[in-house]
Amino acid sequence: MNTSKQKRVIPATTMFDGDQARKGYALNKMCFSFNTAGNRAEFLEDKEAYCDKYGLNEQQKTAVLSLQVLDMLAAGGNAYYLAKLGGIFGLDMQDIGAQQTGMTKEAFKAKLIAAGN
Amino acid sequence: MAKIVGGISVTHVPYIGRAIANNLQQDPYWKPFFDGFPPIHNWLAKVKPDVAVVIYNDHGLNFFLDKMPTFAVGAAAEYSNADEGWGIPTLPPYCGELDLSWHMIDSLVEEEFDITTCQEMLVDHAFTLPLELLWPNKKSCPLRTVPVCINTVQFPLPKPARCFKFGQAIGRAIESWDSDARVVVIGTGGLSHQLDGQRAGFINKEFDLMFMEKLITDPLWVTRYSIPDLVELTGTQGVELLNWLTTRGALLGEVAKVHSNYHIPISNTASGLLAMEAL
Repeated sequence: MNTSKQKRVIPATTMFDGDQARKGYALNKMCFSFNTAGNRAEFLEDKEAYCDKYGLNEQQKTAVLSLQVLDMLAAGGNAYYLAKLGGIFGLDMQDIGAQQTGMTKEAFKAKLIAAGN
Repeated sequence: MAKIVGGISVTHVPYIGRAIANNLQQDPYWKPFFDGFPPIHNWLAKVKPDVAVVIYNDHGLNFFLDKMPTFAVGAAAEYSNADEGWGIPTLPPYCGELDLSWHMIDSLVEEEFDITTCQEMLVDHAFTLPLELLWPNKKSCPLRTVPVCINTVQFPLPKPARCFKFGQAIGRAIESWDSDARVVVIGTGGLSHQLDGQRAGFINKEFDLMFMEKLITDPLWVTRYSIPDLVELTGTQGVELLNWLTTRGALLGEVAKVHSNYHIPISNTASGLLAMEAL
């Protein structure tokens, strides 16, 4: 499932390209549905059933149910769509950043501030 | 013919919506960001635009990945904001400018930019928050608007040089519109930030400041970089600077800086603000 023979490698970064878009379609479609409050409530009522309704594969379902952002990205999730899922759990971008970098939220926020110095 | 008064490029982080709703403009976290705007409000009061062409990227409100146009132009009498999933307040609808929309569509396609036209279009925070920041404390936005949406979500993205040319074609369309309207072009998003992956939190102050400077004096400078270069230099979402570049293209000739501001961080983002007057 490679659309190009040679891909540019950027450290610790995945570009959301055709390969990712193909792989993550069901997951991103489920996250798109979270624009509607009723769908967010339905997801919270039975997360697994909601994942099944959108046809998530096992890798995607496991990543969603354990709320592991790096795993969701590996399963084709797109950052903007995953943010809608994160919002359901009240996670902000610093929570999500901290989780992905293995830092505490405070340390992640300090890193952001340090980038301005 | 219509006149382009200038262009304004500004960050569109959703978190700003919550700060506005909670009146946090003077809060120590937010003050360095909001303090960038009064000089631009004063300039807007002087140049009095009545139409805004807003160049932005949608984040999964109007466009899902089922259909993802590279360039899309709104052609609606009214544009509504809606729930994006994480609970920032929804803003009142925006008035369209149908004559300019269709003039731009005709003119862009004539120039071989085969854009997608949208007679219904929801507008997300990337459209609404910059207008709210530039025209604050109004019941609704006082300008008529034309949304122009660029795909910065699903790669491949349009190349920087293509975006600049697209902007120039937008500028020529506005200037050939038979109207006495005064038009401001607004580009939203950026600057450097990366939300996803182990490099989350990546910010590149040196590049951002150079980009802002070059946008005034030598806008083609950034076109030496490919999209992957820009991802590496500015982060996966830093590529939203394409909206800034398109805006600069629309200003056609020389510009003078009215005011700029740059502050790190707002949420995970290096926030930039740049107002340019068309000379």
